[in-house]
Amino acid sequence: MAKTKSSLINMLLTLVLVTAISGLVLGFVYEATKGPIEKSKLAKKNRAIENVVPVFDNQPVAEKFGVPMDGDTIVFYPAKKGGEIVGYAIETYTKKAFSGTFKLMVGLLPDGTINNIAVLEHKETPGLGDKMEKKKSEWSVQFNGKHPDSFKLMVKKDGGDVDAITASTISSRAYCDAVIRAYNAFKKGGKK
Amino acid sequence: MNQLQNFSKGFIKENPVFTLFLGLCPTLGVTTSAFNGLGMGLATTFVLLMSNIVVSLVKSFIPDKVRIPSFIVIIASFVTIVELTMQAYLPSLFDQLGLFIPLIVVNCLVLGRAEAFASKNNFLSSAIDGLGMGLGFAFALTLLGGVREVFGSGSIFGFKFIEGDGMLIFVLAPGAFIALGYLIVLIKKLQKA
Repeated sequence: MAKTKSSLINMLLTLVLVTAISGLVLGFVYEATKGPIEKSKLAKKNRAIENVVPVFDNQPVAEKFGVPMDGDTIVFYPAKKGGEIVGYAIETYTKKAFSGTFKLMVGLLPDGTINNIAVLEHKETPGLGDKMEKKKSEWSVQFNGKHPDSFKLMVKKDGGDVDAITASTISSRAYCDAVIRAYNAFKKGGKK
Repeated sequence: MNQLQNFSKGFIKENPVFTLFLGLCPTLGVTTSAFNGLGMGLATTFVLLMSNIVVSLVKSFIPDKVRIPSFIVIIASFVTIVELTMQAYLPSLFDQLGLFIPLIVVNCLVLGRAEAFASKNNFLSSAIDGLGMGLGFAFALTLLGGVREVFGSGSIFGFKFIEGDGMLIFVLAPGAFIALGYLIVLIKKLQKA
């Protein structure tokens, strides 16, 4: 087959055609995967909520509410059992991380005691800062069962009660910062 | 060149990573573990196979002067398909590779094969070339990821066989260069033998 000549009209037609077909195909794929993507994001969120609060029987994602904090909104997922609040899963973040920001899901009992904490997403150094993830090390267990009023949420180097991750003081500080933000939001608006 | 050679050249003789040195950015970036390397390799294989097929089919319709933008649009479409599909059905792998999936678009390997091979050869040869090159790339990434995982974390495909942390440097970026350097030496030795 003869090669199409590089005339202006041919080039225009080709590019329009190529992009139009790609656009159509992508629109179709986007529609097809939209549902599953939302579902998998929801499942991930639900798993994170289940991890950090006691057993519940409601739909925390459906009952979420926001508390304004530092010019931003901290999202609360209330966990209830038989209509009684058993805990809050609080989606919090920090901007003091070693690289970028990271997000935590902090589970607080109704009196403010930390139940459990899960890392939602982060970009910390593999092998150093990522030890804050449960599957990488036991480091974050030290927060469980502590009340932020009596357990000072700062690394020991700064005069707090938290053992920092070796060689990752910045990540540890950022982690404390995120937990403090969750607790402050809780004091401000969680006790409805 | 027969089709078998066409397929197998991607593994050692013309391996994209060890011999052609194409696509080194994802190679160095994602290979912190064997599983990540394999996932990235297979995603790239799919894109390479599909873009080679499509480019070889439409090559005679595309005027020479606009061939590169046309190829890039075709490649970018397949990359987006991979990205959306992975996000929908393999969310945990997507979390690991997320940032690097869109970067497959600018992987020189994919455009390189489209330009150097698929735009000059027929459908069948191009498909086989894409598959061979892609699997060679996946092989290289898995190998590099495996080496870094063994030395850096003391595990392979997530199964831990050494207690403790291993040599941290292999998990960090410099380890990628060191491991890749030694693997290239090894492959060159194999090619000569």
